[in-house]
Amino acid sequence: MKRFLLRRLLWFFLTLLAVITVAFALMRGVRGGPFDGERPLPPAIEKNLRARYHLDWPLWKQYLQYTGPLNLDEHGPQWLGGDGTRPLGGVLTGDLGPSFRYRDFSVNDILAQSLPISMQLGALALCLALLIGVPAGIASALARGGGFDALLRVSTSLGIAVPGFVLGSVLLYLFSLRHPLLPVAGYGTWRHWVLPTLALAAPFAAYAARLTRAGVLETIALDHVRTARAKGLPESLVIRRHVLRGALLPLLAWLGPAAAGILTGSLVIERIFAIPGTGTHFVNSALNRDYTLAMGVTIVYTTLVYAFNLLVDLASAAIDPRIRLEESA
Amino acid sequence: MLPAAACLALLGGCAGGLEGEAELAFTNAGEVASLDPAAITGVPEGKLARFLHEGLVIKHPRTLEPLPGIAESWTIRPDGLVYRFVLRADARWSNGERITAQDFVYSFERLLSPRTAAEYAYQLWYVRGGQRYTSETDAQGNPRHAFETVGIRALSERELEIELEAPTPFFLDILGSVPLMPVHRGTIERMQKLHPDSWRVEWLKPENLVTSGPYVLAQRRIQDRVRLKKNPNYWDRSRIAFETVDVLAVEHLNTMLNLYLTGASVWCDNLPTHALAKLKGRADFQPAPYLGVGFYRFNTTRPPLDDKRVRRALALCIDRAVICEKILAAGESPAWSFVPPAARGHVPVELLHAAAAEDNRAAARALLAESGLSLPALEILFATQTINKDVAEVIADGWRRELGFSAKLSNQEARVALDSQKNLRYDVARSSWVGDHPDALGFLEIFRSDSVNNRTGWKHARYDECIDRARRALEPERSALLREAETILMDEAPIAPIWFFVTKNLVSPQLGGFHENALDEHFPQFWHWKDQGGGRR
Amino acid sequence: MSTRSLWRWPRPSQTDEAELLARAARAQGTSLFAMARRRIWRDIPARIALLGLSVLALLALLAPLLPLASPISLDLARGASAPVAPWSADWRGLWNEQYTGEHWQYGRVDQALHELRIELFGKRQLAPLLGTDSKGRDLLARTVFGSRTSLSAALLAALTSLLIGVGWGAVAGFVGGRLDNLMMRFVDLLYSLPFVFLVIFLVTIVAEYRSELEAGLGLDRESVFFIVLGCFYWLTMARIVRAQVLSLRTREFVTAARSLGASDTRILLTHIVPNTLPVVLVYLCLTVPSVMLFEAFLSFLGLGVEPPRVSWGLLAAEGAEALTPLSLDVWLILVPSLCIALTLLAMNVIGDSIRDALDPRMVNKE
Repeated sequence: MKRFLLRRLLWFFLTLLAVITVAFALMRGVRGGPFDGERPLPPAIEKNLRARYHLDWPLWKQYLQYTGPLNLDEHGPQWLGGDGTRPLGGVLTGDLGPSFRYRDFSVNDILAQSLPISMQLGALALCLALLIGVPAGIASALARGGGFDALLRVSTSLGIAVPGFVLGSVLLYLFSLRHPLLPVAGYGTWRHWVLPTLALAAPFAAYAARLTRAGVLETIALDHVRTARAKGLPESLVIRRHVLRGALLPLLAWLGPAAAGILTGSLVIERIFAIPGTGTHFVNSALNRDYTLAMGVTIVYTTLVYAFNLLVDLASAAIDPRIRLEESA
Repeated sequence: MLPAAACLALLGGCAGGLEGEAELAFTNAGEVASLDPAAITGVPEGKLARFLHEGLVIKHPRTLEPLPGIAESWTIRPDGLVYRFVLRADARWSNGERITAQDFVYSFERLLSPRTAAEYAYQLWYVRGGQRYTSETDAQGNPRHAFETVGIRALSERELEIELEAPTPFFLDILGSVPLMPVHRGTIERMQKLHPDSWRVEWLKPENLVTSGPYVLAQRRIQDRVRLKKNPNYWDRSRIAFETVDVLAVEHLNTMLNLYLTGASVWCDNLPTHALAKLKGRADFQPAPYLGVGFYRFNTTRPPLDDKRVRRALALCIDRAVICEKILAAGESPAWSFVPPAARGHVPVELLHAAAAEDNRAAARALLAESGLSLPALEILFATQTINKDVAEVIADGWRRELGFSAKLSNQEARVALDSQKNLRYDVARSSWVGDHPDALGFLEIFRSDSVNNRTGWKHARYDECIDRARRALEPERSALLREAETILMDEAPIAPIWFFVTKNLVSPQLGGFHENALDEHFPQFWHWKDQGGGRR
Repeated sequence: MSTRSLWRWPRPSQTDEAELLARAARAQGTSLFAMARRRIWRDIPARIALLGLSVLALLALLAPLLPLASPISLDLARGASAPVAPWSADWRGLWNEQYTGEHWQYGRVDQALHELRIELFGKRQLAPLLGTDSKGRDLLARTVFGSRTSLSAALLAALTSLLIGVGWGAVAGFVGGRLDNLMMRFVDLLYSLPFVFLVIFLVTIVAEYRSELEAGLGLDRESVFFIVLGCFYWLTMARIVRAQVLSLRTREFVTAARSLGASDTRILLTHIVPNTLPVVLVYLCLTVPSVMLFEAFLSFLGLGVEPPRVSWGLLAAEGAEALTPLSLDVWLILVPSLCIALTLLAMNVIGDSIRDALDPRMVNKE
């Protein structure tokens, strides 16, 4: 177990380093910089601005400064020529740098303010999706072939097939514009959470229902369930104790990438409902060429994906003793 | 079950909002880049800055005439080179300290300093020694000359003297602009001592920021809102009508519109184009002339665009009426001159054209024939936006029908398009220019050969001479020089002006003290609810 | 076989034997594919889905030929108008004579189709049965033309993911060892990159080099965009194919082929890859919906298909923008969303059906 965790951690750092390098290269490779506003600046001012953000350094030096852990500017360690007031810096010491676009915030500040909100939205949506999807999937599997099953299959297929912003817009139309029951956008009271959560949860509820249904159908046909039934156990006990464990495995396997997907899906929802989460920064930082924020968001995303996958693997191993914690794909 | 429990736990942490609702709320286009006046360049930042800070002068909401702000009076020497300001005795910062002339000296030095790298530092280059102070630096990036060489002096606690390079009739307008609003030296220096690494963000935090304007910063959440509270120490506090104001940061245009239409916001100035047609005629939508011009640049370094007859033919052949009425559809007016009519004291010089469109088209064809050149498939470059594309399509269509060549449309992301223009990698490019101050020089000087905003490769010695002389001249010679410059510009036509901008504000009819003006600058000192009276100007 | 002496087959009577032999002669050995094809056809929903998709594909292919209005001609005076129900009193007739013939740049085939349409129908066109958008453009025409873009996006992306993914996964699975490890680590790395970023970058970079690409490869911006999309979907395909190849590698037919002297490449190409096709097919059926949704997502952010081209995603995004208190034009968002949903539904049904049909466990339940 320890070896497994250690290996995962090692791969995580290597992946993170690779991600930072690729993202850095891509960002600097695209034309247009963070200070190309509607008006070009007089050369003297542009020079000063670039100097302040170290954009006039050679790329390798900017990369090392960003990644750290040594600070290469004038506050760096004395043996590097600095004044020694701030020898360490960069991502490896947890400092994601100042935002190029939002001058009043460091990237750490921005993430600290926006990430909890995104996570809250995502967690709420996921919980809601599971609360609705799992029982619906089980019920549909047990009532296989019946009307309810058909209804569920069609509605889940539709739920997956509708783009996120369509659902958000339609919900907005129905519950906010046509009948002013809920606020149009914003963040603050519980009423502001209802529509975004619903819009985000719907496709995941659909997926959850389908996966649960498929998992239950597979498990029900297995030998140990037939044995349990043959033993005369009541059906509900059979479901709960024997079927559910096996049926939840595909659901768990899907949860990892799904959680990452919620972060992306929240992009659209956060935009429509003006929620101050991290999703907005994904797109805006790339469009604004906000190098540091873009890298910060990439790092957060990679970390979250890795963390979720790890949790999912651990949970799968806990549920199904047949699964061993290995590195196999 | 586990998910249900997790759900409840999260709902508990749900109510992370701010206390209560603000008296007044309006939307801003996304999160502002900064609250620091020296770092501000954009319109959304300016809107917010006018709540927090106030400069030497403020502007009349309708006429934009400079009115006393922190300065209660001023005198200008007859040669127009020296301005002397007397500050109010009761002008105070939000922490109660008096605002002194030394505060302005500090703030102006900060704006000019190369270490601050302020993008609008050039606004103070009209001051003697200003440009040199910013541009000439030593190896560490510090200014090489002392600030004493710059013409800004505090004569006493309440007297400030500014000496200019040349007579600048619009200097008072500049003094009312956001980059020249003062900042509190004590806060900055204290933060520099306490947080040597992060003082740049620390001094702008709500608990630290000390401001000179009608409101103070109460709370701020990125991408959500900035909450402002009335400044109890503002010199004109009796006139400030609102206790709390919320500035909401919204990205999506539709959401901004929805917030306004459902009453959650009183002011929306970013309107999606599809809504413009539906808003026409409403009492809360009254577009007014705005000091901006939309035009097409020609890359004069690429033949056949190096022949001015070709350029003028292309400029004459644009169907401005259709563009203004059908595509822009907010009341924009066709532009035949580069300087908008809203510019103060300037009579625009227009591109030579006839009244009837058909005559213009005939003239264009004649010009093209006279030049003897044929036009290749020119590429029209524009930033990716539907409205730009629609305009380009109409223009390309017109050129194809009248002049017989097929123009290609090429869109690039905004920054990339700007980059292309800077490096002269285009044939024809869509562009625009909005004035900082209502003077024609601000428009005409961008086509000086060495201006970074030229971006056409066009050079004209006499034009440069006119501009240089106009910078130092007094009336009436100044107006004559500017008119001559514009005549040259319209004759050579390195650009084709197409339309003049209008302001697009949706404002609640309940809001008094808000008027459309040519710079679309709105000073909240004048705002009040109409049914509660108030407002002395 | 040596145990046969321990058994005694019950010998049938003469007539039974003749009957058995006759039956055996009639029975044809069926391949897995043929059996699967039959089973899919028997599944009613799948049949309907297949038929529906075929009709859609036909309409999309022949779009310039159909008597539709022009998808880009503006009618600003008319603005947005709702779809008119055939049974309402407001019925103004199915046809009108206002075809303007405006279209974006057509290729040769499309141009020929368009000219044929003008010959056949002249100025007649279908009235705006599905309504118009805020600029007066006919929604029916835009939907049909949009299906071309959406479907070709999905197909191109699927094809790209197929080519790259199958190749990558097959090589990795077959060769095994360190190369396999390296290749899969690369896939893991790419998985960790947030795709939104990459899309924005790639779209911008592609836009920069668009003229070179158009001149050199004859590809327009749209095709390049779709190929870029495909580059995001090959990752999962590679993983699936690799897993499949890993299990196929140990089967008898591979050993048999090898003992016959077949080279590795030959085994890979002629034996293993064709056997991964069932799984690949199922995944392809699931990729298409994914691509269409992703395309809609990009269109919403403004990074997708550009006007004047239309796609369902762009129509849905424009429709979403039209939902303000000023203009509750619900049909503008419902029509394209319904199209997307139904197409995806059809693809999911077909994909499920193929998966069920090829499931070896269900063979005995014939």
